Amino acid sequence: MVNERPLVEVRNLTKIYPPRGSTAEFHAVDGIDFELQRGESFGLLGPNGAGKSTTMRMIAATSPISGGSLRVLGMDPMKQGPEIRARLGVVTQDDHLDNELTVRENLHIYGRYFSLPRTVIRERATRLLDFAQLQEKAGDQVETLSGGMRRRLTIARSLINEPDILLLDEPTTGLDPQARHILWDRLFRLKQEGVTLVLTTHYMDEAEQLCDRLIVVDHGRIVAQGSPRELITRYATRDVLELRFRLDERDTAAEKLRTSALATGGNDTDGRVELLPDRVLVYAADGEAALATVHAMSLTPLTALVRRATLEDVFLTLTGRSLIE
Amino acid sequence: MLHAFGYWVTLYRRTWRGSIVINVLNPLLFLIGIGAGLGALVDDNAPAQIAGVSYAAFFAPGMLAAAAMQNAFLEGSAGVARAAGFGAYRSATPTPLTPEQLAAGHLLFIAFRVLIASGAFVVVMAAFGLISGWWALGALLGATLTGVAFAAPAAAWAVGVRKLRHIDTVFRFVIMPLYMFSGTFFAVSQLPEWIRPVSYLLPLWHGVELCRTLSLGSATITGSFVHIAYLLALAIGGFLVARITYRRRLHP
Ligand SMILES: Nc1ncnc2c1ncn2[C@@H]1O[C@H](COP(=O)(O)OP(=O)(O)O)[C@@H](O)[C@H]1O
Ligand SMILES: [Mg+2]
Repeated sequence: MVNERPLVEVRNLTKIYPPRGSTAEFHAVDGIDFELQRGESFGLLGPNGAGKSTTMRMIAATSPISGGSLRVLGMDPMKQGPEIRARLGVVTQDDHLDNELTVRENLHIYGRYFSLPRTVIRERATRLLDFAQLQEKAGDQVETLSGGMRRRLTIARSLINEPDILLLDEPTTGLDPQARHILWDRLFRLKQEGVTLVLTTHYMDEAEQLCDRLIVVDHGRIVAQGSPRELITRYATRDVLELRFRLDERDTAAEKLRTSALATGGNDTDGRVELLPDRVLVYAADGEAALATVHAMSLTPLTALVRRATLEDVFLTLTGRSLIE
Repeated sequence: MLHAFGYWVTLYRRTWRGSIVINVLNPLLFLIGIGAGLGALVDDNAPAQIAGVSYAAFFAPGMLAAAAMQNAFLEGSAGVARAAGFGAYRSATPTPLTPEQLAAGHLLFIAFRVLIASGAFVVVMAAFGLISGWWALGALLGATLTGVAFAAPAAAWAVGVRKLRHIDTVFRFVIMPLYMFSGTFFAVSQLPEWIRPVSYLLPLWHGVELCRTLSLGSATITGSFVHIAYLLALAIGGFLVARITYRRRLHP
């Protein structure tokens, strides 16, 4: 595997939605660049409206690009859409399953869209139902499935053509924690098998678990990129101290903290204080030491929690906003 | 296109028995009602005005064309808008199928449904002795063409519709009035003179005339040619526009 061409090459990609009704034209993606290598698991992390789904649709050759260049599997999505789509697996943000059909029929119809022979579909469908842990549901109407099962079926369906790249748009948004964990387990299995994954998410834990490398997107632009670890090291400290104060003490406490050594680094490297609506975050290499400093300043937080920094903190550092409002 | 058609056939396989029963019962009840009630009344009172045939023989082919229009319009509008919003088109969009193929596949299926429903209608007409021989086949194809002439423009429009009540509005204020002014229930010659030219422009009038002249055996080559050309133009024009609107909606 020497110098293999990237599976996806994105250069200065833009998307401008034309004006509709009273809404003006909109720059949903505003010049982003990245490359995707085979076997990689790549993430787009960003808040709602960042342009993640739009980017995914352009890669999936279901939305024309407005500017820049895009190659997918060495092809031009504007000219070779059907050929590209034939080799992709796509899990869109909303499950668009055929509700009137059974679980197995959904796989079957979908396979037919790819012009796969019926015998091949039958064999793969059985295997994929196994993978998605939906064997018992094979004959059930899709309408009767839970959210987690629908999502697993959508993923199973997207694998029917044995795709070169699997695109997952917010695979676990809206699922309960247990359903998310089952799904993560399935996706992790795919990753282990060497499937190339691109996924969008606004959950940092998801990105940390599933992505080898990611870009952080905001307002259609890349604000940072790297592996989850790299990003945390670069844009956050090892620890984060979360403090909650009584409402009437909050502002004075925050002010004190902001002007203290904690905010400027001081004895610590890279310290910083962020004020959120419900709490104050103190970034520090050593959270316990920072807490001791807080106590030494004779501040009395209602609660104090020391935790490891996450991608959420990276996003906060970069944009001054939290990912999920 | 055939794979897109295949989806609709898979769905239809579930419900075809029920839908064929409806396809047969509908015209059956209509024609019994007309034959026994309204038709007798009309025949007694105004026999001369409708081409010297029984009211049932006059009305049945008109109803055949109008039913084809109504079925095709509903499937081509509400059916399409639903498929585009959260249904079949959405699930097929990430696959190699193109928006154009989805449009063609769905329209093919609508044509097939109209053909089946019109077939049932024609069989019932034949049972009442209102149509026979090759004319029946002609009327059947005429009705199917009428359906597609409505379905294609409807689909071109509806694929971009996000509120289903807009479709209801169009049905009520565009489709329903067509019945009145297209010679379905009574001959256009019974309408006030000034309004008749409008009728001749209405697509349903062409569908009704085509089916009626074929079923009464009074069709002329030129007349039928004009009707067919008009309806074909609508069907083809509708499909050409649908290719554009489907792509706009499904590949934003
Ligand atoms: N079809 C569309 N037409 C117009 N604007 C759109 C369309 N789809 C998305 N947008 C807008 O583009 C922006 C980015 O949307 P999206 O790509 O869905 O973001 P994300 O997936 O990151 O939440 C949003 O502000 C959204 O309203
Ligand atoms: Mg999105």
